[in-house]
Amino acid sequence: MASQIKIAVVGGGLAGLAAAMKIAEAGHAVDLFSVVPVKRSHSVCAQGGINGAVNTKGEGDSTWEHFDDTVYGGDFLANQPPARAMCEMAPAIIYLFDRMGVPFSRTKEGLLDFRRFGGTKHHRTAFAGASTGQQLLYALDEQVRRFEVAGKVQKYEGWEMMSLALDDHQVCRGLVAMNLRSLELKAFPADAVIIASGGPGLIFGKSTNSMVCTGSAVAACYQQGAKYANGEFIQVHPTSIPGDDKLRLMSESARGEGGRVWVPRAKGDKRPPSSIPEKERLYFLEEKYPAYGNLVPRDIATREIFQVCLDGLGVSGENQVYLDLTHIPAETLDQKLGAILEIYEMFVGDDPRQVPMRIFPGVHYSMGGLWVDFDQRTNIPGLLAAGECDYSIHGANRLGANSLVSCVYGGFVAAPAAIEWAKNVNRNGANGSGIYEQETKRQQEINDGLIKQSGNENQYKLHEEMGKVMTDNVTVVRYNDRLQATDAKLLELMDRYRRISINDSNLWATMALPHARHLDNMLELARVITLGALNRNESRGAHYKPEFPNRDDENFLKTTIAEYSGEGPVFSYDAVDVSLIKPRRRDYSHEKKETAKA
Amino acid sequence: MSKTVEIHIKRRPAPDAPQHWEEFEIPYRPNLNVISCLMEIRKNPITRHGKQTTPPSWDMNCLEQVCGICTMVINGRVRQSCSALVDNLDQPIKLEPMSKFPNVRDLVVDRSQMFDHLKRVHAWVELDGTYDLGPGPRMDNDDVLERYAYSRCMTCGCCLEACPQYDEDHYIGPQAIAQVRLFNMHPSGAMNRDERIEAIMDKDGITNCGNAQNCVKVCPMNIPLTKAIYEENRETVLYGLLGWLKK
Repeated sequence: MASQIKIAVVGGGLAGLAAAMKIAEAGHAVDLFSVVPVKRSHSVCAQGGINGAVNTKGEGDSTWEHFDDTVYGGDFLANQPPARAMCEMAPAIIYLFDRMGVPFSRTKEGLLDFRRFGGTKHHRTAFAGASTGQQLLYALDEQVRRFEVAGKVQKYEGWEMMSLALDDHQVCRGLVAMNLRSLELKAFPADAVIIASGGPGLIFGKSTNSMVCTGSAVAACYQQGAKYANGEFIQVHPTSIPGDDKLRLMSESARGEGGRVWVPRAKGDKRPPSSIPEKERLYFLEEKYPAYGNLVPRDIATREIFQVCLDGLGVSGENQVYLDLTHIPAETLDQKLGAILEIYEMFVGDDPRQVPMRIFPGVHYSMGGLWVDFDQRTNIPGLLAAGECDYSIHGANRLGANSLVSCVYGGFVAAPAAIEWAKNVNRNGANGSGIYEQETKRQQEINDGLIKQSGNENQYKLHEEMGKVMTDNVTVVRYNDRLQATDAKLLELMDRYRRISINDSNLWATMALPHARHLDNMLELARVITLGALNRNESRGAHYKPEFPNRDDENFLKTTIAEYSGEGPVFSYDAVDVSLIKPRRRDYSHEKKETAKA
Repeated sequence: MSKTVEIHIKRRPAPDAPQHWEEFEIPYRPNLNVISCLMEIRKNPITRHGKQTTPPSWDMNCLEQVCGICTMVINGRVRQSCSALVDNLDQPIKLEPMSKFPNVRDLVVDRSQMFDHLKRVHAWVELDGTYDLGPGPRMDNDDVLERYAYSRCMTCGCCLEACPQYDEDHYIGPQAIAQVRLFNMHPSGAMNRDERIEAIMDKDGITNCGNAQNCVKVCPMNIPLTKAIYEENRETVLYGLLGWLKK
């Protein structure tokens, strides 16, 4: 009799827990790896809500309309069949969370309430106050804990995946992970591995991402042969709160609930915002995009805010604009946005109920990620991916409140696909082949080398330099000469990396060695992002080049694919599946045109 | 002379090693929080007396006070270090690990017992399955808001650190009791109410609360913990009196 199927899931955020729950429910075993206790994953930072077209507001919404908004918002770079499948599953996902006990806000009739978000004209976003990601993550954490008690899920919290265990035919047979206290390296055989390790925001130094969002596990897969797709598409969120240690997110729901973005019309106007009369305020999003106003998609809002500040119109001449909620009753704000207003108060000190918030764009989300097929399978047999770490669904720009639903969708699709693979593979076929010992040894040698290595470079300093050059040149506006210079800088950092010394002589629970490993991986992905951007001579969604200001479907309606080689990433391009909706020009100054089915 | 920030850190190199204090001084910048100070120190770990030392270890993740991981005792008060702004703190800033949990290294503690407590009280809704069964029960928004308050608990451990009764597992503590409240208030969750009530009726259960009310004062999410304890105490008493009728 064949042994029980065991699937390793890497990452305990929304996508990883969704997959773990489905696998355990189907009766199979899960090894769940997470750098932090799963309840502390980055999904907790998602604020505004989760999209699903249930049409309870009598607006004629439909899953097709959600699908159309998603691919239109993504500037037609997304493969359409999976985006459509996600939108079709979305209402059921929301209802499932409702049954798990997520305290979604309600209408007077006791039904789920929905609010508006960017890039749509419909109330389609279910929300639990302004901490929806936290609430959804907790619901999955609770259900997975149930399966943990039932003996179906084994958690490895405080273990970080370092690499895949691949057999001689490049089939994934498990992984090697490191205990973050003892630094012990251990191989974990599995019939399939699902990567759900989140985004790579820390490549940009400061971002809205949590400190675990290094993209390290993904970079390890990439270096072992997994394709990385659309890396150059990095979402810069229009509204974040600049900070010394990170950029804190100010949710799009603030605008969904009526928040208005403005600057004083007069340059250098020093008056406090409340004494600037309405007609002396420039509501630049509302003026330029009358149809969607403050709820244009993020890439557009970000560029406009950036431009206004570049034109010298930023508040007090600095890189900041007002996000104003003061016209909304405080009670409404507390109920619908309480959590995010508390964050602003806590870190800035002003009360956003009384004073307009000062915000600026910040790196937020990667549309790119591991290449997967329509069943979340990567090009490495036995390796799947789900959530922000995969590239599917969002194309060139993600719509607000589509990330939570895409994480859960990805996990729900990856789980049965992994089980299907595991059922048909020769289980334990790699036992006795020595691959686990070999891979563990290879990882041990990398660690030993780093510990022994000495030089005068500082790993944290290198990280700061990488973050700065990436933020300066590979975010909102991109120029080819600067992208080339950035790649040269990354190569220089890679060289200097070989001369860092681990500055911690106590290796028990050290932060230094894991960080050094992350840094190495981040540099690899940084090149993929930068060179992908250099090669794409057009503007589409979040990728904007003033030298090539228009979308160029003839040459660039295609997916960027990067494959690792010792000499750097090798690029190729895949056709985009646009079989359902014919690509059309994006224009948010007007109502969206009737959807033209392909 | 330029402005500096003085920080004292209670160090412990390994779980069985003794603790000792080390003092650091870093240049002042506006908007520093405790985490950015620690980041500055780890870059170049030299004490303010010029002695080379090891970088301190600490836990951090979201830096928005929503993941709960970076909790420590700062100037004698338990709180998250990400939201502890230097401008609002007296100097020297004294950092210590929480004392109610095993100390792994420096400011890192192991809070897995809190997650074990969640297992014990069955802090979940018992689903029939995750397949599509339509929406959940309708609810009054006021009830939802009350549940939402409990549901914001990030398992940070502040309430347990501050609770005079919580020590060495003699008392399950406020966080788990508040989660019992959260699920007993839900129409489907209430169907397994008895299991949760029994779980907090053991000898380390709810009756060990000494009503010091420290928990509610230190909770960073302003969760009405004492209200949860009051409500669940009532439920357990009623269950104790009448529960046998069901058997």
